[in-house]
Amino acid sequence: MAYTKRHDGRKMDETRPVEAEVGVIKNADGSARFKIGDTEAYAAVYGPRELYPSFLKNPSQGTLRCYYNMLPFSGMGNRVRPGPSRRSKEISLVTHNCFQPIVDLRAFPNTVVDVYIELTDTDAGSRCAGICAASMALAHAGVPMKDLVSAVSGGKVGKSVLVDLDYKEEAYENEEVSDMPVAVLPRTGEIVLLQMDGKISVDEIKKALKILKKPIEKIYELQKTALKNSFTGGEK
Amino acid sequence: MTRTNVNKSFRAHLLNKLQTDYRFDNRKKEEYRDIKVELGVISKAEGSCRVTLGDTIVLAGTKLGIERPYPDRPDTGSITVNAELLPMSSPDFESGPPGIQSIELARVVDRSIREGGAIDFKKLSIEHGEKAWFVFIDIVSMNNDGNLMDAACLAATGALLNTKYPNVKDGIIDYKNHGKDLEIEAQPLLVTVNKIGDSLFVDALRAEEPYIEARLSIGILDDKGTICALQKGGTTPFTEEEIAKALDLAILKSKELRKALKGGKTGKK
Repeated sequence: MAYTKRHDGRKMDETRPVEAEVGVIKNADGSARFKIGDTEAYAAVYGPRELYPSFLKNPSQGTLRCYYNMLPFSGMGNRVRPGPSRRSKEISLVTHNCFQPIVDLRAFPNTVVDVYIELTDTDAGSRCAGICAASMALAHAGVPMKDLVSAVSGGKVGKSVLVDLDYKEEAYENEEVSDMPVAVLPRTGEIVLLQMDGKISVDEIKKALKILKKPIEKIYELQKTALKNSFTGGEK
Repeated sequence: MTRTNVNKSFRAHLLNKLQTDYRFDNRKKEEYRDIKVELGVISKAEGSCRVTLGDTIVLAGTKLGIERPYPDRPDTGSITVNAELLPMSSPDFESGPPGIQSIELARVVDRSIREGGAIDFKKLSIEHGEKAWFVFIDIVSMNNDGNLMDAACLAATGALLNTKYPNVKDGIIDYKNHGKDLEIEAQPLLVTVNKIGDSLFVDALRAEEPYIEARLSIGILDDKGTICALQKGGTTPFTEEEIAKALDLAILKSKELRKALKGGKTGKK
C-alpha cells in the first residue's frame, strides 16, 4: 500500500510536536533542551575556557569542539554501548561543520568552546534535534554568532516527500525510504548540514528542500522564543 | 581531572558555619535539598527515572536483554550498573573513559541493588543454561551540584520500579511492546554522611565536596533500617562513635528519600 497518509495523521510538511527550553543545566555557561516527538536532546556549552593540552591551542582564534552522544538507554532495542562510536564521531563532525562557519571566536584566542550534545531519548531525527539544542545553548552562553541553526530531516517514504520522519517511518518496510537531515541558517536560507541515505531523485530532493522551509521557520521561531524567555524571567 | 581549587579561608568558613549546626547555604546539617522523583521519562528505555536534588539532576534508565547465563549459575540472570559523569554536567568532568569517581559510584549503587536483593536473579531465568534476562542500569549525571551518590541510587531504584519486560516472540525481543513489570523485591537507597572537622552532615553541595575529609555511603533497604551496603570514602578515619551516629542519621534520612520515591510521578509509557 502506498504511503499517502502518515501513520500519526501528520501532514507531509508537518513536524512532530516541538518543545524548546533554555537554561536547563545550571553548571553550564549555556544550555538548552530540544524535543521533537519522542526525540529529546540536551546541549551544554562550556567556554570559552582554557584548552589543554597546550599544543592544541590556536593563537589566532578560539577552538570549537562538538560532541554528539546517545545515552545508553536512549535507543529502541539494545542498549547503546557508552563511549564514542564511529557513528557518534561522524555526527559530531558534521555538527561541528554546522557551527564553525557561524561562530566568531576571534576574540578568544587559545581558548576552547565545548559543546556537549546528549540524546536522552531517540525516535529518529536525533542529529537535527541535537543541532537545534546546541544552537540555542551556544546563543545562551553568549558566544558571538551570525545566526542560529535550525534543523529538521526531510525525505520520502514511497512516493511521498515529507518532513521529520520518525522511527516508524524510517523503518517502513513496504516502501522505499530515504532520510535527509538538513540544517539551515534561517536568516539566509544557507544549508550547513546535508546528508542523505536511501534512494531519491533530484526532483524529490528539491521538493524536500522546499517543503522543509516552513517547518524550519517554525523551529527557528520556537528557538528564539525560548531564548527570549530565558532573558525575560521565563527561565526555569 | 581538574579539581575545584581548595581554598583555606573557604574551608574555615565551612567549619565555622558547621559549628552552628548550619551549612553555608543555611541548611541544617541533616537537611536534604528539595527532592523530586519523576518516573518513566524516557520512551525508549524499559524503565527510567529522573531525580532532581536541588540543582543536581541525575537520570537513570534500564535496558533489558537476553543473554546466556554465566556457566556457574545456569539458572540466574544478572544486572550491570554503569555510571557516566557526563562532561555536560560539570566543568570538572572530562570526556574519555570512565574515571575512578564514576566507577566507584556505579559499584556502590550496584552493591546496594545486588546485595540488597532488589532483584531475584533466579526470576530472570528463561531457559536453564541457555537464556536469561540481563538488566542494564545506566546512570548519568545531567547537572552535578553535589551528592551524585544518593541521587544515583534513588534514580536507579526508581528506574527499576518503573521497568517493564519487553515482549518476546519466537525468541526475539520485541522492544516496541512491553508486558509485565520487572519484579522488585526491595528498594535500596543510599544516604551519604560526610565529615568535615568533627561535623557530620548529609547532601553535600559541589562547592562543599572538595573539603569533605571522609564520607560514609550507607545503603538502606527499608524503614526498619536494614543495611545492604557500606562504602567509606576519603582519607580521614572515622571513630566508632561517628559511624554509629552516621548510621542512625542515614536511616532517619532514608525515610525521607523513600517518601520522595513513593511520591514519584509517572510520566508517559
